[in-house]
Amino acid sequence: MKINDEFKEIIWQGLWKNNPGLVQLLGLCPLLAVTSTITNALGLGLATLLVLVCSNTTVSAVRQWVPKEVRIPIFVLIIAAFVSCVQLLMNAFAHGLYQSLGIFLPLIVTNCAIIGRAEAYASKNPIKQASFDGLMMGIGFSLVLLTLGTIREVLGQGTLFDGAHLLLGDWALVLRIEVFQFDSQFLLAILPPGAFIVMGFLIAAKNAIDDKLTQQQPKTEQQNIERVRVNFDAQ
Amino acid sequence: MSMSVAISKNSKILALFAISCTAIVGLVNELTKDRIYHQQQKQLLSTLNNIIEAKRYNNELTLDCVKVNSLALGSDKQQTVYLARLNSTPVAAAITAVAPNGYNGNIELIVAMNVDGSINGVRILNHQETPGLGDKIDLAKSNWITSFSGKSLMSQNDSRWAVAKDGGMFDQFTGATITPRAVVAAVKKTALYFKENQNSLFSQKNDCQLTNEVLMSDNEEKTRDDNEN
Repeated sequence: MKINDEFKEIIWQGLWKNNPGLVQLLGLCPLLAVTSTITNALGLGLATLLVLVCSNTTVSAVRQWVPKEVRIPIFVLIIAAFVSCVQLLMNAFAHGLYQSLGIFLPLIVTNCAIIGRAEAYASKNPIKQASFDGLMMGIGFSLVLLTLGTIREVLGQGTLFDGAHLLLGDWALVLRIEVFQFDSQFLLAILPPGAFIVMGFLIAAKNAIDDKLTQQQPKTEQQNIERVRVNFDAQ
Repeated sequence: MSMSVAISKNSKILALFAISCTAIVGLVNELTKDRIYHQQQKQLLSTLNNIIEAKRYNNELTLDCVKVNSLALGSDKQQTVYLARLNSTPVAAAITAVAPNGYNGNIELIVAMNVDGSINGVRILNHQETPGLGDKIDLAKSNWITSFSGKSLMSQNDSRWAVAKDGGMFDQFTGATITPRAVVAAVKKTALYFKENQNSLFSQKNDCQLTNEVLMSDNEEKTRDDNEN
C-alpha cells in the first residue's frame, strides 16, 4: 500500500498543493495569453498535458545516462523534439485541430512548467511515478486554464464554448451557450490585464480555502511557513 | 586533467542527445511531409472555394496562379493571384492582399474578383485586431465580411467605397472604425488593381504548376513568422 500512498501524494501535489498554475506559477505566458475562451484553454491544456507526460517519461527513462552538469540542455532538447513531433503529427493527421492550435503549440516549449517537472521530479524518480506526475501536473494545469477560460469568456463575451467546433469538430457547434447578451463586450476580461486580475482572484481563493482547511484541522505540529517552491520530495 | 575528461564526456553525451533528437524530428518530418503538403493544398482549396464557388470553374485552382509584386496590393511582398477558368475561359481570380493600416498592424486578406469587375467574396486570412472590437472582420465572429459580395467599384473615386461614418456603404463596428476602414480601403485597391491588370494576369505564365511545393513552404514560413510576431 506504500506505492498507493505515493501515487495519492502525486495526485494531491499535482491537482492542488503544488499546482503548476496556482502555486508554482509556471507557464504564465501561455496561461494568461490564450485563456480568453474555454476552447482555447482546452486546446492548450490538452497539448501541454500530452507533452508533459511524454517529456516526463523520457527524462525519467534516460535519467541514469544524463550527467547533472548538462542535464538542462538535454531536457530542453527532449522537450523541443517532442513539441516539434506533436506539431508535425497534428498537422498531418488532425489538420483542423492544428489550424486552431497552431499558435499555441510552439508556445508549449516556452512553458517552464514542463522543464520544471523534468528537473524537479522526473529526473529523480522511476518512469511510472514520473509519467503519472506528468499526467497529474498536466491535469492540474489544464484545470486552472479551464477555470480561467470559463470566467473570462463569461465575463468578456457572455458565452461558453464559443468556437468549440474549431477544436472538436462541427458537432460541437451545439455546445455554444449564450449566458447573457451584451450590447458591447466587456473588453477588460478578454484582454491580458483581465487575465492577471482573474488569476489573482483564483490564487487568493485557493489560499483562502487552504487557510480554512488548516484552521479546521487540529494543530498537529508547528507549522513552518513555506515559500512557494518548485521542488518537492515525494518519497 | 579530470576536468577536461569530464568536459569531453559531457559534450559527447550532449552531442549524442542532440543528434538523436534531431534525427527523430527529421524522421517524423520526412514521414509526414507528403501528408502535410496534401492537407495544406486541401485547406487552400477549401478557402478558395469559399469565395469562388467550385462549380463555376473546372481547372486545378490551387495549381493555376501568378505571383505579383505591386504596391497596390498593400505591401512590397509578393502576392498570389489564383486564376479560376471554365474550359480555359477566365471566370474569376482570388487575389491575396494586405491592409497595412489595421489597428494592430497588417491585416492579410484574399479577395475574389469576377471577370466583370464585381467582387465575389472576401476573407480575412490573418489579423491581430482587438478581440471583441476589430476582430469582427473575421467570419468566425461576424458576417460583416460578406457585405462585400456582389459589390463592384464604379470608378476610382467611388464615394460609396468607405465605411458609413465616412459616407460610404459599409458598416463600421461600435468602438472600431479603423479596422473596417482599413479593410474597405484594401479591398477597394485590390478591385482597382484587378481592373487595371485583368488581361495580363490571365495571360501570364503559371507560377504554381511546378514550383508549388516551394511556394507552399514559403507560405508556411511566412505564417510562422507572423505567429511569432
